[in-house]
Amino acid sequence: MGAYSMRLLFAALIAAAAIAAPARADDIVFMSTQLRPLEEAQKLREVILKDFAQKVTFVPEDAAPLTTRMKAEAEAGKRTVSLIAAGHGELQPLQAIDALDPIDDVAAKLGDRGIPASLMTLGKLGTDKQLYIPWMQATYIMVANKRALPFLPAGADINALSYDQLAAWAKAIQEKTGQRRLGFPAGPKGLMPRFFEGYLYPAYTGGVVTTFRSPEAETMWAAFKTLWQSVNPNSANYDFMQEPLQGGEVWLAFDHVARLKEALIAKPDDFVAFPAPAGPKGRGYMAVVAGLSIAKGAPNRAGAEGLIEYLTKPEVQVTTASEVGFFPVVKVDLPANLNPGIKLEAAAVDKTQSAPDALVSFLPVGLGDKGGEFNKVYMDTFQRIVLRGEPIRAVLDSEGEALKAIMTATGAPCWAPDPAGTGACPVK
Amino acid sequence: MTANAERGAVSHSKAAGTLRAQALPYLLLAPSLIFLAVLFALPFAQTLLLSVSDGDRLSLANYAKMAGDLNFAPALRNTFALVLTVIPVQLVLALAMAMMLQKVRVARDIVLWIWTIPLAVSDLAAGLAWFAILQDSGYLNSFLYAVGVIPDQQAWLSYETPSTLFLGIAAAEVWRATAIVLMILVAGVQLIPREYGEAAEVFGATSWQRFSRITLPLLKPSLQTALILRTVLAFEVFAVVYALGGRNFPVLVGEAFVWQHENQDYGVAAAYAVLVMAVSLAATVVYLRALRVPREQQA
Repeated sequence: MGAYSMRLLFAALIAAAAIAAPARADDIVFMSTQLRPLEEAQKLREVILKDFAQKVTFVPEDAAPLTTRMKAEAEAGKRTVSLIAAGHGELQPLQAIDALDPIDDVAAKLGDRGIPASLMTLGKLGTDKQLYIPWMQATYIMVANKRALPFLPAGADINALSYDQLAAWAKAIQEKTGQRRLGFPAGPKGLMPRFFEGYLYPAYTGGVVTTFRSPEAETMWAAFKTLWQSVNPNSANYDFMQEPLQGGEVWLAFDHVARLKEALIAKPDDFVAFPAPAGPKGRGYMAVVAGLSIAKGAPNRAGAEGLIEYLTKPEVQVTTASEVGFFPVVKVDLPANLNPGIKLEAAAVDKTQSAPDALVSFLPVGLGDKGGEFNKVYMDTFQRIVLRGEPIRAVLDSEGEALKAIMTATGAPCWAPDPAGTGACPVK
Repeated sequence: MTANAERGAVSHSKAAGTLRAQALPYLLLAPSLIFLAVLFALPFAQTLLLSVSDGDRLSLANYAKMAGDLNFAPALRNTFALVLTVIPVQLVLALAMAMMLQKVRVARDIVLWIWTIPLAVSDLAAGLAWFAILQDSGYLNSFLYAVGVIPDQQAWLSYETPSTLFLGIAAAEVWRATAIVLMILVAGVQLIPREYGEAAEVFGATSWQRFSRITLPLLKPSLQTALILRTVLAFEVFAVVYALGGRNFPVLVGEAFVWQHENQDYGVAAAYAVLVMAVSLAATVVYLRALRVPREQQA
């Protein structure tokens, strides 16, 4: 055998190994848009999945490439992914391309876990089949540097703030320190649209779609425009508020718990966490859910089912909360020795949910791949009114038409806090 | 008879030889042509088709949506403003640097090497490096504060400071991409025979005359290449802008990215891609005409 044919054989062996490796039958390929940061992915692999018997290949991936990949796997007819974990809104485009396998059988087996019915309904993505099992939940809270506390308006309770009090607080800080230290995650990868959809709109108007161009919305934008004068202008670049909080550039911030966590874990004694403010209609807040789905044509469906059962076990849910700061969807008590930073967040989440004026909103349902454009309506409205100073009424009317077009095209019915009804949710 | 057959065979093989010789360039070109067809022409045709289709029928709805978007006009304005500012500055800088290099006698390679470092840095990394300089708690503010020019942190990259934001992005682009122009011009300058300059010197031409009458005209082919390359790339500016300006400074390719990934409307993203392509093509045609190189000068 000559050197050439040896080399050829060697190359063929390597190629064969490369093709065969991902297809091993006992391996479960688990793609996830959640727990993407390196540290969180390591925690999942080494701590959360420690007691799971089978081998899991955890592949963190952004939402858009995940959709592209599932589309490509379906077209190529070669499936590698078995389990998918993603946010509620990220699973919708996958449902739109028919990449998710109905898992009513799995849901039936998990009946004793105590996952709230409202969350299970979300997992149907507006269809009559269970398409994902809720895995972890989170919400948005506010965090303040303790140096901001002396400027809190007299008589204001930090755990029951109103938007007017928040504005007064930020203004007082600006006047006394000369710096605008209130921050929002309005950067390109920030979650600002959720602030409008789940917090500001419900708090001021009691709805999000139906009330889009109501007189209450006009009042709301005028108030928010005033508040924005005390907001740090770098907000348009902030993606994760934990960074400017830790750097001291911002003293008051609103963001997703997972995007505030690092600051609270690093310096739990420097910060306080508290619920988002309330408006005239209540304390709007959004329940965020990440779910587990089985890919259509999954090469290892049994393994994926087993992994879903494992990840929704109460003790694994507690481990998940303490390791990565996402909260359980099943009924459990969090342990007392929780990391102090996570404990601050857990308390703020609890205060939000149990506030007497709490007004819960869920993530948009039934928008399919129009979820991005739905967010765009709120962000465009914000940019035009607040950043570019266009007249409020005119902007609400023209963006209202865009919103109406999206709702008509998708036929998505209203979701909380808009009143439930049949047919496409109307923009009144 | 035999001689005849032999002659026939010879002429036949000669014909085959010339045929092969004629086909050879095409055979050698074939891999790159196939490569371009599969990885460029085909995706481009698909993009074009995607941009003019609305569901199953042909329509210009994607273009209407693109033009009606609130970021379209700023993106167009910003992209052109950047190209029109950055390219002339880069051209002058690169010409000056190439001329200076000619005069350098000692350690010329080291100077050239240092000047071309930005070429090796990825554009996003370059953007992040400039972000570290220009952000509120960045090196520039630290320096200005230390020497007492500013009493407090100063924002340079916010939507409230559009002019410094523009200058910051332009500076980063000039820093990052002047080297490629320099490389092409240095290669071009080296091709110019020294005799012309020496002859002109003998006849008493000033150094400016030698530069403007001899070097610059003979450098035209290189200038053309450098300008086309840089302009096409400048219309595709994205990563540096994304790192420094984020949402505050929309550009065409950035908008294509946003429509593809955030808004998940591939049709509008394709419309932006086609627009960028058309603008780049138009610029190339302008350069080819404006800097037409005489045939005898084409090397």
